[in-house]
Amino acid sequence: MSEILGSEDLINFTLNGEEVSATNGENLIEACEKAGVEIPRFCYHKRMNSVGMCRMCIVEIDTGRGPALQPSCMLSVSEGMSVNTESETTKKAQDGVLEFLLLNHPLDCPVCDKGGECPLQDQTIAFGPGETRFIEEKRHFEKPIPINENVFLDRERCILCDRCTRFADEVVGDPLIHFIDRGNATQVNTFPEDPFASYFSGNVVQICPVGALTAKPYRFKARPWDLEEIESTFPNPLGDRITIQSSRDQVLRFQGLDNDSVNWGWLTDKDRFSFQAFQSEYRVQEPLVRGGGLNKPDKNGRRLVASSWSNVLNMTTEAINRTEPNRIAIIGGSRLTNESQYAWTKLAKGIIGTDNVDGSLGDELPTRALLGLPTTTIDDVCTPGNTVILITPDLKEEYGTLYIRLRHAAIENSVKLIELSPIETGLSRTAAISLRPRPGEIAKVVESILTGEGPVEIGGIPKEQILQAHELIKGNELKIVYGKQSIAESDQPLIEALALLKKTSNSKFLPLVRRGNAMGAVHMGMAPGLLPGQIPLSEGLKTFLNLWPNLPNEKGMGTEEILQSAANGMIDVLFLLGADPLSDFYDPELVEKALNTVNTVISVDLFVNASAYHADIFFPASAFIEVNGSHTNIEGRVTPIRQKVTSPGTARPDWMIAAEIANRLGYDLNIERPEDAWDELGQTSTTQTKVDMDLICDSPDGQILESTGAITLEEIKEVSDTRPFDSYSLRLVLAKRMYDLGTITQMSPALKEFARTSQLFINPTDFKSMGLKSGEPVLVTAGEKNLTVLVVPNNKVPRSIAFGYLNQMGEDLRTLLVKGADSIDIRIDPTVKVG
Amino acid sequence: MSRLNEESIRIANEIISRYPIKKSALIPLLHLAQEQEGWVSGEAMNHIAEILQITPAEVLGTCSFYEMFKRSPVGEYQLNICHGISCHLLGAENLLHHAEETLGIKEGEVTEDGKFSLEGVECIAACTEAPCLQVNYRYQNKVTKSHFNQLVQEINDGNRSEIPKHGSLAKVRQSIPAERLAGIEPVDGAQPPEWLNRNGRDS
Repeated sequence: MSEILGSEDLINFTLNGEEVSATNGENLIEACEKAGVEIPRFCYHKRMNSVGMCRMCIVEIDTGRGPALQPSCMLSVSEGMSVNTESETTKKAQDGVLEFLLLNHPLDCPVCDKGGECPLQDQTIAFGPGETRFIEEKRHFEKPIPINENVFLDRERCILCDRCTRFADEVVGDPLIHFIDRGNATQVNTFPEDPFASYFSGNVVQICPVGALTAKPYRFKARPWDLEEIESTFPNPLGDRITIQSSRDQVLRFQGLDNDSVNWGWLTDKDRFSFQAFQSEYRVQEPLVRGGGLNKPDKNGRRLVASSWSNVLNMTTEAINRTEPNRIAIIGGSRLTNESQYAWTKLAKGIIGTDNVDGSLGDELPTRALLGLPTTTIDDVCTPGNTVILITPDLKEEYGTLYIRLRHAAIENSVKLIELSPIETGLSRTAAISLRPRPGEIAKVVESILTGEGPVEIGGIPKEQILQAHELIKGNELKIVYGKQSIAESDQPLIEALALLKKTSNSKFLPLVRRGNAMGAVHMGMAPGLLPGQIPLSEGLKTFLNLWPNLPNEKGMGTEEILQSAANGMIDVLFLLGADPLSDFYDPELVEKALNTVNTVISVDLFVNASAYHADIFFPASAFIEVNGSHTNIEGRVTPIRQKVTSPGTARPDWMIAAEIANRLGYDLNIERPEDAWDELGQTSTTQTKVDMDLICDSPDGQILESTGAITLEEIKEVSDTRPFDSYSLRLVLAKRMYDLGTITQMSPALKEFARTSQLFINPTDFKSMGLKSGEPVLVTAGEKNLTVLVVPNNKVPRSIAFGYLNQMGEDLRTLLVKGADSIDIRIDPTVKVG
Repeated sequence: MSRLNEESIRIANEIISRYPIKKSALIPLLHLAQEQEGWVSGEAMNHIAEILQITPAEVLGTCSFYEMFKRSPVGEYQLNICHGISCHLLGAENLLHHAEETLGIKEGEVTEDGKFSLEGVECIAACTEAPCLQVNYRYQNKVTKSHFNQLVQEINDGNRSEIPKHGSLAKVRQSIPAERLAGIEPVDGAQPPEWLNRNGRDS
């Protein structure tokens, strides 16, 4: 691989008689490919280590000792090397290898899903002998066996290239599939009754060079030659690049798109198989209104019924027109494209004149913590030799492809990871050191790691471990990846920790957001007191005044305040923009009260989710596979989102809905196509680079929105005192799991079964000392709140911590949250009998 | 129950302590499991995976690569009759048939009392002594039918105590003097090898 090189020295070598140049030490198969000669291969994959298993890339190579056949994936190119990929000897050798590979391979191409995009088929046609000399019986195995819920394995077709098993072991660290048995009987398989339960299992289907691994959602759905495809971006926080493949206006699969800067072609199963949700029969196809009108008292018993666009638009404009701007609010927008976000911000702040707009659902870090620090890219974080501090939730659960990139950096490129996480994560064993700070005490921990000073125990961590971490970071420039680790703690300790880290010389930061395009939302001004282009509302009045006629004078409210005001009857019109606060906001009781008090709740969404169920007006919106636009990832990288299929029914893109509402309010939003948003932003903002849609569609790496420095994270004088920890309690950590009851997961048949029952995990020692018994729900109290829930021992949780996943089946762990607390301590009383 | 018993776990921990990386103890631990039960069961593989903090699939991958790790029960005395070329020419086939008749089982089966199991094997490198066989990997040379009958009789009568039960291996129980232990020598200023850092998850 090219990363192992330090130098950029160019060397010359001879390829099929022609002089070409390459980077010294580069893998030969890659160097030839760059020079325009593709050597056939099966096992070689540029994102994994070479193993030389298949022997297909064997070519004639002369390094001065005469020509000899050697596998080109196992050799580094060097000065004066002479490579012949077309000689008789090469051809004969490759023919021979191919014939051997085909010995046991069934010729069932006509019924094989891979047919048409199968490297083995292609190469057999290109290089193969046409007839077999093998007359013996081929190897037989049971035809496809499931290796997990979504992936099937046909061992007869397998050519034992080691790609899937290498991926499982090397790339994602889930070696649950392996070569079993030996010699002619060798097969890929799982341990009996132990499925390939990896969050990344879909990738092995994509990289399988034959039809041995197939994905259930795509099996027998289409032929590759019937598929149309377009390159796009999956709107998750990382902005994973994908190819959307469809046939007859139906998306049939997402494939990872190999790009150097972000996901390297990998995808999580959650994203890969979510295409099903966007085409679910439950997608709302036409506008809905609560039967008979908008009067609250009639809400009960009145259902959402189908209506027309003109009706819902008129009702919406009427509601806006009869309401004071400061009694109108918008929650959500983090799932929209950049352009739709711009349109809705303009509608709210430029036309309606309210600043009560918040893309976050009360669980994102504040804007100043997202935009106010010197930023960096994933590539920069993963540069060989770096020292990286991770203050993140479990990346394997929430940010799959970033987990893959950091894991690779740590294992292959000796990047030192210093992990500060309340529980053991997927990266803990790969980290140079992994510490367990107690929730709420991260600032103290970071302070003592930076200074190397402190008492014998800091935030639950013994001094000697702090000193080990101090030694690792001493004198190094730091890369800090940070995000909200738990919703059961306040942001203040993390913000203080970031302020401390910001003071260190030349540190760079990579923030994590919780919802797809939350980074786009802050860049597009979807936060109180903010305008697009990183311009604070107070400073933006003059720049935006010409184009946005009704800018509000005062800073508005954020999600939490909006919901509070709404519950107190201070909000009359509430937009939920692709938002489901009832499921996502930390206080569902408050949301329920707010939704029932507000006169007009308007939901713009794909599905009638729990919150939209309380709506008075529902606008069906288009999904990302149905719109053009762009996405901003955690690096600030803008990449294109491209339309592949048409929206179901009369659903419309979000920006179009905003434009329609503006039109009926008597204004022209001046956005007739998504690109217009960037054009207008280019005029208003002097600091933000204009994003050219044509340009980002052509560049595999998109374009990065640099921080302007207009918004900064405040400095701190000293770290706040932490609350004393009482040793009879457990401190609560609530985080996300990859699969939950979220709408997209639940609307994808391939994923919906993966949500689990709510549980609290505690350390086995605590479990034992409390005298708890397995499988029995117990009473858990947090202040005045209490909940009966199953408590389970788990080694990944350190002592004095209780850990739970949000939004799973059964008990709602949010019940334990105490409003305004900087951290939450719970007590478990095993003597209280439940039942 | 064919997880490792307490005694085996004690030995396992001792074995693991000889290696800088836990995973390196995989093959000795498979031997240990085979010594305990005479074969390596799925539960034993699961248990080994647990102890070494690797996945059961990795254990199975290694275990199934080696012919001499038995993944289904074999007899206390595993008879391997060579059918390599020399033995074949000198009547290995007749010997195998005779063995099948005498023991009342087919090749690859185990007698009802669990005492014997029978297997035909490729050349065991004793061609000068053909036809030959192994009982729990102990050689019996120039085996005739009557030799075979006598061998079975003696085993049944308990007169062949020099042949331990299948799976018994002296080597996993060896005690290694401390100065010859495998692993990183704590030399002043020495750095651990690069590959050790790369596989930090196993340390």
